[in-house]
Amino acid sequence: MIQSTWPTLTILVFFPVAACLVLPFIKGDRTVRVFAFAVGVVELLCALPLFGFDLSFSGYQFEEKAEWVRSWGLTYHLGMDGISLLMVLLTVLLLPLCVLCSWSYISKRVKEFHISLMLMTSACVGVFVALDFVLFYIFWEAMLVPMFLLIAVWGGPERRYASLKFFLYTLAGSTLLLVAMVAFYIAGGTFSIPELSAKTYPFGFQCWAFLAMAIAFAIKVPMFPFHTWLPAAHVEAPTAGSVMLASVLLKMGAYGFLRFCLPLTPEASVAFAPMMIAISVASILYGGFVALGQRDMKKLIAYSSVAHMGFVTLGIFLFSLRGLEGALMVMLNHGITTGGLFMLVGCIYERSHSREIAENLGLGKYLPAYMGFFGLFALSSLGFPGTNSFVGEILVLIGVFAEKPWVGAVVIPGVLLGAAYMLRLGQKLAWGEPSRAKAWTDLNAREWLYFAPLAVLVVYIGLAPGLTLRAIDPTLTRVLGEIRARSEAVASAPGNRPMPDLMPKTIAARTEADPTAGLPR
Amino acid sequence: MKFDITLVMPELGQLAIILALFLQSLAKPRTGESVAAMAANTRWVPLAAAAGLVLAALSLEASGSLFWEVYQIDGLSQFFKFAVALGFAIAVLNASTQPTLAPDQRADYLMLLSLSALGLMLLASAVELITIYLALEISSYSLYALIPLRGKDPRAAEAGIKYILFGAAATALALFGLAFILAGQHSSFLAVLTGKTWSWAGSPLGLVGLTLFMGGFFYKLALFPFHFWAPDVYDGASNETAAYAATLPKLGAVVILIRLAAMLKPGLQVTTVLAVLGAASMTFGNLAALTQQDIKRMLGYSSVAHAGYIMVGLVAVSAGGLAAAGFYSLVYVLMNLTCFWVICRLSGDGRNLKLNDLNGLYRQDPWLAFVLAVAALSLVGLPPTAGFMGKLFLLSAAWNRGYDWLVIVAAVNTAISIYYYLNLIRHAYTVEAEGGSAVIRAGGSFWGGVLAALLLVLGALPAPVFKWAEAAGKQLMP
Repeated sequence: MIQSTWPTLTILVFFPVAACLVLPFIKGDRTVRVFAFAVGVVELLCALPLFGFDLSFSGYQFEEKAEWVRSWGLTYHLGMDGISLLMVLLTVLLLPLCVLCSWSYISKRVKEFHISLMLMTSACVGVFVALDFVLFYIFWEAMLVPMFLLIAVWGGPERRYASLKFFLYTLAGSTLLLVAMVAFYIAGGTFSIPELSAKTYPFGFQCWAFLAMAIAFAIKVPMFPFHTWLPAAHVEAPTAGSVMLASVLLKMGAYGFLRFCLPLTPEASVAFAPMMIAISVASILYGGFVALGQRDMKKLIAYSSVAHMGFVTLGIFLFSLRGLEGALMVMLNHGITTGGLFMLVGCIYERSHSREIAENLGLGKYLPAYMGFFGLFALSSLGFPGTNSFVGEILVLIGVFAEKPWVGAVVIPGVLLGAAYMLRLGQKLAWGEPSRAKAWTDLNAREWLYFAPLAVLVVYIGLAPGLTLRAIDPTLTRVLGEIRARSEAVASAPGNRPMPDLMPKTIAARTEADPTAGLPR
Repeated sequence: MKFDITLVMPELGQLAIILALFLQSLAKPRTGESVAAMAANTRWVPLAAAAGLVLAALSLEASGSLFWEVYQIDGLSQFFKFAVALGFAIAVLNASTQPTLAPDQRADYLMLLSLSALGLMLLASAVELITIYLALEISSYSLYALIPLRGKDPRAAEAGIKYILFGAAATALALFGLAFILAGQHSSFLAVLTGKTWSWAGSPLGLVGLTLFMGGFFYKLALFPFHFWAPDVYDGASNETAAYAATLPKLGAVVILIRLAAMLKPGLQVTTVLAVLGAASMTFGNLAALTQQDIKRMLGYSSVAHAGYIMVGLVAVSAGGLAAAGFYSLVYVLMNLTCFWVICRLSGDGRNLKLNDLNGLYRQDPWLAFVLAVAALSLVGLPPTAGFMGKLFLLSAAWNRGYDWLVIVAAVNTAISIYYYLNLIRHAYTVEAEGGSAVIRAGGSFWGGVLAALLLVLGALPAPVFKWAEAAGKQLMP
């Protein structure tokens, strides 16, 4: 265990909160924005020690532990493994970008907007590093209120409906999580996640606990029957809200599956895997089909999120290393790509004051830089080889074909649908007629500043995913090993023959040559 | 009998306040001072109440027994006396200037308020049925007089009549039950009663008596189906009186129910009845609150729901469960008083506020809006507020004690309740005011902020306070 004396994680979690305490005393909208941006950059700098992350160590690093409520065994316990590392980096990266993309988009109650944004960031980082169940739950719920306000105050015309739906849906799920948490405390005698994971529970108990947690996480992901809050929330939320929602909040659901469902209820996870896989496939196909028919850009991307997150849950419930790697990569890449796409929509909305595709035609000629970024993110979103999403999707597909080929065959049309809706959108935006864009200006320096880092990541992870994979592999191997060791059902599952040993470093090169990569995309 | 005066310091402090107020309301004015001005000068009362709070805090560790074992000073009683003193200090601070009360009535009003709080303190220590009954009456009678004190408002008179009629019926019921217990179990001392059987087969008479006796306290707690008075009385009474009536009397009821519950075991019929009443209470309270437009009525139904949550801790019948119930009732008092604090500040002319009156509060007074938001989130039980910690302790205590279904009902109820609490926040933050907005009384932001900070701190660091509740629970059920 690496015990650091410098409380990196505490600082990452609480620095934005501390900044919020200062923010009310700052006068002037512009100063507030500059300050918020500075906070974002400093938060990013605070994340620098994370590069000391030991890539070969599979346990929790940067651990911090302090007693909290002794009689209930509550501890203030933070720590980070490969899974949380990527999510935390993504979250802190997005904070300054969100400030930038709201620079001219948000014009009322600027101060409060940035306070909400920072509280969100704090809570999100907290969710990913908390190793105490109660602490996790606190951060999980703490993020609801700022998000609610982001939608309800700065949202579009239907904001009341959307924000309430978002809140009620998520909270209904979380109360079940609360019950599961209490049940685990009684069954396992502790709230500590690592300790709870090391214990075994009777199968009947696991089933109920799994279902209670799975509903909470499935709402958050969101998986197919529970997804209806997402398009409403996305469409009404301001750009930064949509970005946080898509890039970070949705990941919490998937993170919950990885952190709680698999380690705590391995047997139940295996038992319910067919159901989860079916729902995932439904999400992929349904999300794709519905996205195909959208006229509102944000709605289209929202439904594409449902489809992409379907890949994540599909990868998780395959219980193979490739599947898990793929799931985590899709989580990360969806965060980068969809975040970028939402920012692009916000960017064009400031020019056209409409999110309708029909109002934003023919941008290619007049806004080439904008369209260039859009093309890149759209290609990434449909999983084009050489972009980041390809890596994640191909890993999930390899996993799925190795374990359950017929499921893979059903998923392939989903990939095709992705290409169809994204290309349709891109084509209309670039070359559609008639264009209103003659007088619109292309991207300014500030806009370049927030698209460029995401674009770099799209290409970098797309071409060289080795480092990212090396960061997550030890952790995933450990998670998988624990499940196999604890659940005989998994070990004897027919699909669990040894995987072709792809070296993480060369995985991109090898998968290009892999026959499954040649499938229609 | 040995009488150790240091054991009853909180009660004596309270008594001193009452006497001082009594003298003030009788005293002749000095020359050049009108009677009204004399009686109106009650600014010292919050300070005295704060001193009382310090006294209560200092005597948290006291233990002993007085008056031939009928009056017991233990962890539980001291914890609740502290809670009553805390709630009293806030309520007095809140009520010291109120728009619907004539200045020359202030001293009398505050005296009745203090008397009621004294009754609750006595209730915390009473461990014998007749003593309990007397303490309950002390706290109730002054409240009967307080409720109608709202200018010349006929609704207040109606509320007063409702409260006293319901109250009289409930107390009669409790007295009836007391007689049954005496007849069936041949003792009125809780210490003796603890050793008896409380099953239908073992002692039907005693069980009927216990149920009736508890009914009297369910009425105080506004537990379904004894809740009908709550929304009407809150609605009719002035905002400040409602703030008191909605919070502190519950403490008295909870402490007695904790003592009575300590006699029971899980799985007994009467425990199951408690669980069912709790479930019905929270479900009914939350569903009824969903449609309310008047904030005080909404809080009335919310208090019905909260009474149900407290039952979750009682039916667990374990040290942890009783401690959780005690802790939650303290938190409940705090968060409700915080909510009422904002309402009283907003209602400058003392009228009842509708949800729409909160519109645009955020623009007028961001600080009060924040205080209201913290209180509302705490009432929901969202982290990082004290309400969450309280609920977590309650649910953890009740799980695996045979009432898992109750835990699930409580969790589902939390999801229902979010809607109407969120409405408070939604109106305050996201809806813009149209023309006539609420009249804000100056001042109060500071103390509101202190209350909100208390809720947040208790949510982040519940251990110091919970420690006391736990020690109290362990004493009752080792």
